[in-house]
Amino acid sequence: MAKIPKASEMAATLSHIPPQTGWMDTPTEFKQGRWCYGAKAKNMEVLGLPNPRDWSPTDADWKLPSNWKEIILEGLRERIGRFRSLRLFMDICVRCGACADKCHFFIGSGDPKNMPVLRAELLRSVYRKEFTTAGKILGKLAGGRELTEEVFKEWFYYFFQCTECRRCSVFCPYGIDTAEITIIARELLNLVGCNIDWIAGPVANCYQNGNHLGIQPHAFKDMIEFFVDEIEALNGIRIEPTFNRKGAEILFITPSGDVFADPGTYTLMGYLMLFHEIGLDYTWSTYASEGGNFGFFTSHEMMKRLNAKMYAEAKRLGVKWILGGECGHMWRVVNQYMDTMNGPADFLEEPVSPITGTKFDSAKGTKMLHLVEFTADLIRNGKLKLDPSRNDHLNVTFHDSCNPARGMGLFEEPRYVIQNVCNNFHEMPPNTIREQTFCCGSGSGLNTDEFLDMRMRGGLPRANAVKHVHDMFGVNTLSTICAIDRAVLPPLMDYWVPGVGVAGVHEMVGNALVMEGETERTTDMRGEPLAGMEDSEDEDI
Amino acid sequence: MGINFSLMAVLTLVLVAFAGVKFMGLQMFFGVVAPYAAMALFFTGVIWRVLKWAESPVPFRIPTTAGQQKSLPWIKSNGLDNPSTKAGVIGRMALEILLFRSLFRNTKLEYREGPRIAYEWEKWLWLASLLFHYSFLVVFVRHLRFFTEPIPFFVQGLETVDSLFQVGLPTLYLSDLAFIAAVTYLFIRRIIIPQVKYISLPADYFPLMLIFTIGATGIIMRYVTKVDVISIKQLTMGLVTFHPVIPQGIGELFFVHVFLVSILFAYFPFSKLMHAPGVFLSPTRNMPNDSRIVRHVNPWNYPVPVHTYAEYEDHFRDKMIEAGLPVEKE
Repeated sequence: MAKIPKASEMAATLSHIPPQTGWMDTPTEFKQGRWCYGAKAKNMEVLGLPNPRDWSPTDADWKLPSNWKEIILEGLRERIGRFRSLRLFMDICVRCGACADKCHFFIGSGDPKNMPVLRAELLRSVYRKEFTTAGKILGKLAGGRELTEEVFKEWFYYFFQCTECRRCSVFCPYGIDTAEITIIARELLNLVGCNIDWIAGPVANCYQNGNHLGIQPHAFKDMIEFFVDEIEALNGIRIEPTFNRKGAEILFITPSGDVFADPGTYTLMGYLMLFHEIGLDYTWSTYASEGGNFGFFTSHEMMKRLNAKMYAEAKRLGVKWILGGECGHMWRVVNQYMDTMNGPADFLEEPVSPITGTKFDSAKGTKMLHLVEFTADLIRNGKLKLDPSRNDHLNVTFHDSCNPARGMGLFEEPRYVIQNVCNNFHEMPPNTIREQTFCCGSGSGLNTDEFLDMRMRGGLPRANAVKHVHDMFGVNTLSTICAIDRAVLPPLMDYWVPGVGVAGVHEMVGNALVMEGETERTTDMRGEPLAGMEDSEDEDI
Repeated sequence: MGINFSLMAVLTLVLVAFAGVKFMGLQMFFGVVAPYAAMALFFTGVIWRVLKWAESPVPFRIPTTAGQQKSLPWIKSNGLDNPSTKAGVIGRMALEILLFRSLFRNTKLEYREGPRIAYEWEKWLWLASLLFHYSFLVVFVRHLRFFTEPIPFFVQGLETVDSLFQVGLPTLYLSDLAFIAAVTYLFIRRIIIPQVKYISLPADYFPLMLIFTIGATGIIMRYVTKVDVISIKQLTMGLVTFHPVIPQGIGELFFVHVFLVSILFAYFPFSKLMHAPGVFLSPTRNMPNDSRIVRHVNPWNYPVPVHTYAEYEDHFRDKMIEAGLPVEKE
């Protein structure tokens, strides 16, 4: 783990004033805690990616192919022809600066190359030099810049300092989306084998084993069954989930992070309890055991390669439709890419809730429904018996995850669910939620420990908004519907706002859900005493 | 560097036109040839650039969703910031193009000790941009009086409204004031906000200075030197009727003004000024968020290598059987 300064020190030394030297003349220094390890050869070989080798971004020699520059420029030319977004975004920026202070990484680091406009200029300068007449003739005067090895390394550094959160694109008067630019820049980096291992590793795992964490089928089943035991210990109810079961009505897919580590595991227990209580005819899959898609952080092609499993498995098992769990970028992929890439899903049926009969028209193309939409519908139709006082020990706020927010627009559904399962709920300030929500600082495959300095910086705006409601209303729980959030927000809270925990929305659903035949609940899913039950806990001991 | 270079460039252009007319008698060049060449470059350039953009497909439906999606019927969706229909997209685009809605969201970061981060009210950029574009539009429309005979009613109407606050003669146009104020603001913010200065290129200063100088020469002609409008109209009508004439008695300043306008038109297609047509094509704004409802087709969608279930089962069959997981082949 990278050594990082204390929170107070980091905050005190933060300045947003750019250096004296112009950005083209300021060399990029790879600072400790702000870059990720290079992709290992073994992971790239699994995926058949070019130039597999072991390397480190701090090496002087990155072992690039001798014609790397041609490959990159040819790759750029090809992508300009394939993506109107890229060609347009290269041409129309007026550098008004509206995006500059909207980026969490700029706010937290003060590094001017983290301003979205400048991040894009890193690529745009090369585009001008190589693909525009003015740039070819006037060079630097026209904002053009030669693609050198230094420029290439700078790309690696800064395009892996962007979480593709799209916050800047909300404010851009032309809708220029840095996520789009970063996605394509990373594709270019990948053409010569310059990915980071925290992405390449999970992608290789997911490709071969079905999920990012590389959990093999038998282990996947074991792990879920472990939570079945936990639930039984909690309320005496024995749940019997099924795996790879043909003929189930619904295939359920959620990020593997929820199977692996808390607090995501409590969210997973919430899923199990909810499905059991409503008697849902569903199955897990060990083959499509990943909702997330780190391929999205590699290239469009890799996103498609990983995403293909969802429809393929739904078809093999013969289910009617797919239900997806709480995950961030998974939902951008499902909403904006899946049907286009791997559809049409004409072998599935339009999602209908078997419990309420609600037809989900808004998912009739992809045939994939968000669990929070599904649960909101259950609550609305009075199908769940809920005791929100079981969450009275929690004082909750909600973090909109970037992708469901700005790549989908899922705002009201989670709030509706939370407000039905919790009594204490407070919103963070309006500039930090909904479409203006701040990233956790670790999205798009940057949730690795060697990147911790930048993660804490990038998470500062989010944490600062949490601190506001923590101080003002005593908020002690940051709820979210994203697995990366659940993994990375706890250390972020410990760093900036100690005393605030992180919970998935369905963890709180699981707490509040009154199940038929349950024994008296004295604790929440974490074994923490419920409000008013502190004494009974003591008696047990 | 950018500021000095741009300033020098604009000054050079001014001097070239001035000297050319004054000492070399190049009225024909600056009053006729340059405007025609500029217009030709402008139209072919803009069309070429837009066709280039249109040539690249939009493979994915990637609107930036800035409001509640359309999902359950009892949840109110935000049809403008997250449109799911064509009508919604038209509304979103109209707000974007006519009122600069996204820019209206702008805030200013205030980083204070603690740390305490605040996002302060900042509508000046939005206001100045709106003022700049609309006053430019009004000035442009008013100039139609030089290119039409008889002068259309809306041009005269606009002049009446524009001169509502009459102070002395000649009529003081509000749009002139607004135009100069807005351009000046946009320039000043570019040099005094450190981050904006840091990102600015010569290509950002040059058009601002050029446009400022166009405005300034126009205003001087109108309010100070009081040019011979009758002769000028003869020239401009000659241009639009393709019977160019150079009447006597038009001062150098006019040719400077016309030359700078010609430069602006000629420069337009090769510069960031293309944001004007570009915004119409922006895929994060001009598409409905309906890709879960109807399939968006990518014209270059190609097959990719996947790890099939059969390969997966082959790899794990024994472990799966042992764990009691169903398999296709025993």
